[in-house]
Amino acid sequence: MTAIAERRATSSVALTILRAREVGLVLLIALVVIVTTVHNPHFIDSNSIEQLLSGAALIALLGVGETLVVVTRNVDLSVGSVLGLSAYVVGHQFKYDHIPVWSGFAIGILVGVAAGVLNGFIVTFMRVPSLVVTLGMLYIIRGIDGVVVNGERIDPEYIPTSFTAVGYKTLFGIPWLAIIVAVVVAIAGYAMRSFRASRDLYAIGSNPAAAALAGIHIQRRVFTAFVLSGALAGLGGALFLALHTQIDNSGGIGYELSVIAAVVVGGVAIFGGSGTVVGAALGALLLNTINQALVASRISAFWNQAIAGALLLAAIAFDRWLSLRVTKTLQSAEGAHRDI
Amino acid sequence: MTSELATRPSGDSAVLSGRADGRQPLWRSLARWETGLVVVLVGVLIWASVKSPTFTDPSTLFYIGVNTGYTAIMALPMTFVVMTGEIDLSVASMLGLAGSTVGYLWHHGWNIWAAFAVALAVGVVGGALNGVLVARFGLPSIAVTIGTLTMFRGLAEVLLGSLTIPSLGDQQFPEWLTNIGVNSIPGSQLSWSMLLFVVLAVIFGVVLHVTPLGRAMVAIGLQPEAAKFAGIRVNRMKFWLFVLSGLISAFAGILVTLQQASVSYNVGTGLELNVVAIVLFGGVSIFGGRGTILGVVLSVAIVGSLQMALVQLNVSADKQNIVTGVLLLISVIVPNGAAALRRARDYLRRRARPRPL
Repeated sequence: MTAIAERRATSSVALTILRAREVGLVLLIALVVIVTTVHNPHFIDSNSIEQLLSGAALIALLGVGETLVVVTRNVDLSVGSVLGLSAYVVGHQFKYDHIPVWSGFAIGILVGVAAGVLNGFIVTFMRVPSLVVTLGMLYIIRGIDGVVVNGERIDPEYIPTSFTAVGYKTLFGIPWLAIIVAVVVAIAGYAMRSFRASRDLYAIGSNPAAAALAGIHIQRRVFTAFVLSGALAGLGGALFLALHTQIDNSGGIGYELSVIAAVVVGGVAIFGGSGTVVGAALGALLLNTINQALVASRISAFWNQAIAGALLLAAIAFDRWLSLRVTKTLQSAEGAHRDI
Repeated sequence: MTSELATRPSGDSAVLSGRADGRQPLWRSLARWETGLVVVLVGVLIWASVKSPTFTDPSTLFYIGVNTGYTAIMALPMTFVVMTGEIDLSVASMLGLAGSTVGYLWHHGWNIWAAFAVALAVGVVGGALNGVLVARFGLPSIAVTIGTLTMFRGLAEVLLGSLTIPSLGDQQFPEWLTNIGVNSIPGSQLSWSMLLFVVLAVIFGVVLHVTPLGRAMVAIGLQPEAAKFAGIRVNRMKFWLFVLSGLISAFAGILVTLQQASVSYNVGTGLELNVVAIVLFGGVSIFGGRGTILGVVLSVAIVGSLQMALVQLNVSADKQNIVTGVLLLISVIVPNGAAALRRARDYLRRRARPRPL
């Protein structure tokens, strides 16, 4: 009895520490905001807060999908290309087919689902490492995008204003874009905690062999994760178009690395098995806040990338330190209880 | 998935075919990835010569060298790193940082050789940073090198900003050095960067396939724990491989600066994925422990000539991207497709056999 209670106690301590990850991120974001505001009061103008949230929203959205894939010990490098292709296809439909506004989102998601199905099929059915597959798909989809776009640019006048409203209208000072993403994060966050299928994703990531022995349909679950990641990247494309109101063949170039950076900073283990979508979204927000803060602090913009990189390294190192400490705590607790 | 691949070497087939000496039957040794690459290379060369009349010009070889040489050079240390089960995504940013370092120092009136030396030192330090984080702190290399990818490129931006060196009022880089982008090696059509690649490839190939050092890399990639117990200093090896990768990438940065006779901070952006693609298409397993330098060299030849042919045929960069991606997918689907077929065959055989009572 006491042993079980004690074990419960230690695991809840560990859980609190792990959960503190999100708390830590929020504190860090607050710290950055406060320090920057002291230097430059304009930093918390409603205008720049809008920018802050809109800027982080797309990366956060893609980060949700990426989290689903990464917890299964896979990776999806194709998200940036999928976003670019989806954004163009939606824009193209608006320009030439005058589709209704809602179907813009549907088409974006469909494009993403198609890419996700392809990724998922190759990874799970052919049993090929996802890094290689999605790297290949990054090139292929970007290439297809370029061929389809063929040097054209869809200009703002072709995009319905009720569609672009998502990009610039706000509710209580919060951009609709950010609200949509927050809803997605909330749903995904709840699902990842409570649904059996999503717990399976964690099981697969922590120990694929054990997950298979436990009767989890690994291939099916991983496939679903890729499809969802694609779907969110596709939705991201539609939102990208709504935000930027124009699109050529360069949408989303290099997003994959920003997304992975956000996910890693958000505490998702790159080798699978742990991490939350809320963490990933906060990671995206933190990175974007830092970027904006550097701009607001009038530090030369040339420093942005260097500092972002250094912070990313710090986040990874901190993570490692944290997990080592948790392990140590758990081990010493277990040792103590063997003595009894 | 990995273990299945790892436990299916051709050794058991030698036993099955009753060869006591353990040697493989001839068809087995021919059915290697490299053989497939040779076939593909020949196919590409024939196709390119038929399609593009200019492809058979001697100068084609020179331009392939100029365009692919510096990327190819970075593929060699990348092969080592991937062999040990790690990855270095910061190579292209290091190329940019080293090039920018040369540009910055030249802009400030330094001697060109001193600038080169500093750039190479930057490569060593950057590689050591990767190495420490991966080997000493045990952090995942894919995450670490995405971080340093951002950081190195950022530092390059800090150094040069929006300048292109030589900028207004600067001296040009010494002409006899920048000529490596214009003139081939006297008496041949080989570019200097391609010659360097060939020389380095021979050295890397010897190290990987003939020396204990190379065997150690293979061992680390196949089974790090076992390698450790066999007395291989796994972490030290990984550290030095990242240093090597930084150094060679910096060298490639100097090379590309000279070839183009100018440098800006964003030179080679995104090239890391090309390098990884070349290495993987060359048959190096992303899980480590498998691959040959010969395969990587063939991969460079295929990618280089294919790109050149596509450029000569005025195929758009987008379609070239598609070709690169398809090559990459083929490189993993073909060997795994065979494994999938084998799985299906084994399954059918089991079904066909009468069940024991």
